[in-house]
Amino acid sequence: MNSRAQIRFLPDGRRLHLQDGPMDLIVEAFGAPTQVEIAYRAASKRFETVLNELCSELALLRQPCTPEAEWPRGAVARRMVAATMPYATEYFITPMAAVAGAVAEEILAAMTSSADLSRAYVNDGGDIAVHLSPGETFVVGMVERPDRPSLFGTTTLRFDDPVRGIATSGWRGRSFSLGIADAVTVLAVRASAADTAATIIANAVDLPGHPAIVRVPARELAPDSDLGARLVTQAVGELTATEVDRALSSGGQTAERLLRIGLIRTAALHLQGETRVVGAMPELRTDAIERNLVHA
Amino acid sequence: MGDDAIRCDACPVLCYIKPGRTGACDRYGNHEGKLVRLDPHVVLDRAMERGDSVVPFLERSHDWDGTLVSHRETFVTAIGAGTTYPDYKPAPFIISSQVEGVDMVTVVTEGIFSYCGVKVKIDTDRHLGAECSTVRSHDEAVGHVTTSEYGSQMLSLGGVRHLTGGNRQEGTATCNALLNLCNGKAVELIIDDGAKVVVQAGRAPIVDGVQEERMRVGCGSATIGMFAKQWFGKVDEVVVVDDHITGVLSEHQAGKLLGVPETGIKLKGRRSTPGRYFQVAEPGTSWGGTDIDDPLSILAKFNPKKAWPGLRLLMVSTTGEHHAYFELGKDLKPREKELPANLQESVARIQENCEPAFCTVLFMGGAGGSLRAGVTENPVKLTHSVRDALTRVTCGGAPVYVWPGGGITFMADVTRMPQNAFGYVPTPALVAPIEFTLKLADYAALGGYVENVRPLSSIASAGDGRRRVTARSDNPWPLESPAETKKK
Repeated sequence: MNSRAQIRFLPDGRRLHLQDGPMDLIVEAFGAPTQVEIAYRAASKRFETVLNELCSELALLRQPCTPEAEWPRGAVARRMVAATMPYATEYFITPMAAVAGAVAEEILAAMTSSADLSRAYVNDGGDIAVHLSPGETFVVGMVERPDRPSLFGTTTLRFDDPVRGIATSGWRGRSFSLGIADAVTVLAVRASAADTAATIIANAVDLPGHPAIVRVPARELAPDSDLGARLVTQAVGELTATEVDRALSSGGQTAERLLRIGLIRTAALHLQGETRVVGAMPELRTDAIERNLVHA
Repeated sequence: MGDDAIRCDACPVLCYIKPGRTGACDRYGNHEGKLVRLDPHVVLDRAMERGDSVVPFLERSHDWDGTLVSHRETFVTAIGAGTTYPDYKPAPFIISSQVEGVDMVTVVTEGIFSYCGVKVKIDTDRHLGAECSTVRSHDEAVGHVTTSEYGSQMLSLGGVRHLTGGNRQEGTATCNALLNLCNGKAVELIIDDGAKVVVQAGRAPIVDGVQEERMRVGCGSATIGMFAKQWFGKVDEVVVVDDHITGVLSEHQAGKLLGVPETGIKLKGRRSTPGRYFQVAEPGTSWGGTDIDDPLSILAKFNPKKAWPGLRLLMVSTTGEHHAYFELGKDLKPREKELPANLQESVARIQENCEPAFCTVLFMGGAGGSLRAGVTENPVKLTHSVRDALTRVTCGGAPVYVWPGGGITFMADVTRMPQNAFGYVPTPALVAPIEFTLKLADYAALGGYVENVRPLSSIASAGDGRRRVTARSDNPWPLESPAETKKK
């Protein structure tokens, strides 16, 4: 029995909060009460062993992803490698880039494989895996900067649309970024894919050599970072409109490439108040923010 | 590898953490070379940024009974302020649900309390242990016996010295005992040179394997004082049998004041003050906590110069559970007779006045500087606001008593909180819910993070957008500020 894991309801009595080490998940399932209960039990049971599984192969998962790399054994770890492998030949990426999305996916899979749910989501610190049954939708609110949660718009996910994963990355987030994007949000077919793509695109939103950008070797901040001696962004000074445009264009080009080869459905890139959307944002609304939104 | 980094062993990730940095979880950090659980305000930020409260129902999965809504009294609605803690990664996505805002701000956190403990009141007259005796759980010192109160023995458990001042085992045992007591679970405590007592909030104590049923109405002497008038004229002498202080009506101050004549009665045991006797028998489970079954066994012969044939004598225990009525024969020896109707009432009244014996557990903790800083940029203003009754402090939605003086040190009855409202961190320290509720305008006035309050207040102003939730009927509604209550 893993005695660290904390499993509890949020005060609304509907959403489940799962926390263990760095994993912090909010889970909500919709359906018949008995089915929701089965799903929550399944989520809790699966959750308890995830961190130990991941940590047993942590050294391997921190190695750069290459086509020749050894495959890990754990189900979550394999999701991580599957999500990062498409980038292995062209980018520096480690399976850790997909960890949050892969965990969200795994927990969602545990729920949907055991219970009949109309809708469900697993939100792992902003990387979200979504389940929709026919005819169902989720209204999703979007924020411009992860550290200042104010909505700039909403988008609607529908069953007919293949998007089942959402993720956000940026230098202000909890993980290190090689780029300067405040936030890059990606919609993709699954959460692990969205997680990886958001990391790749956020890294590409960049102005190499710009004096207003403070970069520090990752290992100076976290000795065991998978990014090693690579420079990670710690501060970004005020940029001119031209510079913002140039950085967003750089990230936008990467996003468009990923869109063309089918790795993402949509990306929204944010930098110092400017937003660029690549791909179709389903039913994007920025005029009237729904009054009944709540953080998931 | 940086030689100043430390390895965190709180979870299997085993992060190496540089000074001033946190591990992957943001929950543990390296503070001047020591692994520390982060200041509560970090947790607070997260709870607030999430936009609602996190009343922690820290249920382990194996404890979880699987019910979806086990806590009906969830007041939330919240709107949180936020700071820009650099490593913070909030949930940037928001999924709609049926929640409406209110024009009250509730800043909610899991406070992490090293300065905390419980005060336990145990309704029993049994001797549990001498004052200052060490109280142990699983062989470790977790607290001490403190000043007893009327009809109750008191324990003071926990506190920073046991939590963090001793060795690891002591801290862990203390944290476990506190956690279980606060979460309403039974805890076995053993007092040095004293009793073994099973304590559970809201339940009868079990002392050395025997469950207490009722609290006595008072000691024998007090019982005389309370009922002397009701006995006067109906009976010549009353002995209230009590293992601690046996009372005798005719000698007692209360009897003297009423003019009850001397009866020539003689008690065994040690006379303390007039009408009050110690050690009339050995402790036991019979009459008044003594070992006697025959009440006459505590009496010596009546003084023939004072006593008279026909003298009416009532003997009764402090709970009214045991009683007997006697009249003296010509030989001045008591003979048992049926209790006259006019005395039955007074015996019944003693019983009526005995309350059921309970254990009461009050959580006591202090909301420290950084926790307050998570609420406002000017922490002392929060303290002042609490003093001025503009801000209501609740603990898992339960009302609290805030101690006068500096800081926000409060006590709350754990039975009024949701089940399993408490958690712990391995520091060790207790994690308790604490909420500050106040008007948005007041929040602005005290330097709250108004710019970060989510804009649900503007929605609420369009109509009475209060979310309807079911509160515990015996708790005040937390969103009604104390100031409002005062005005009514």
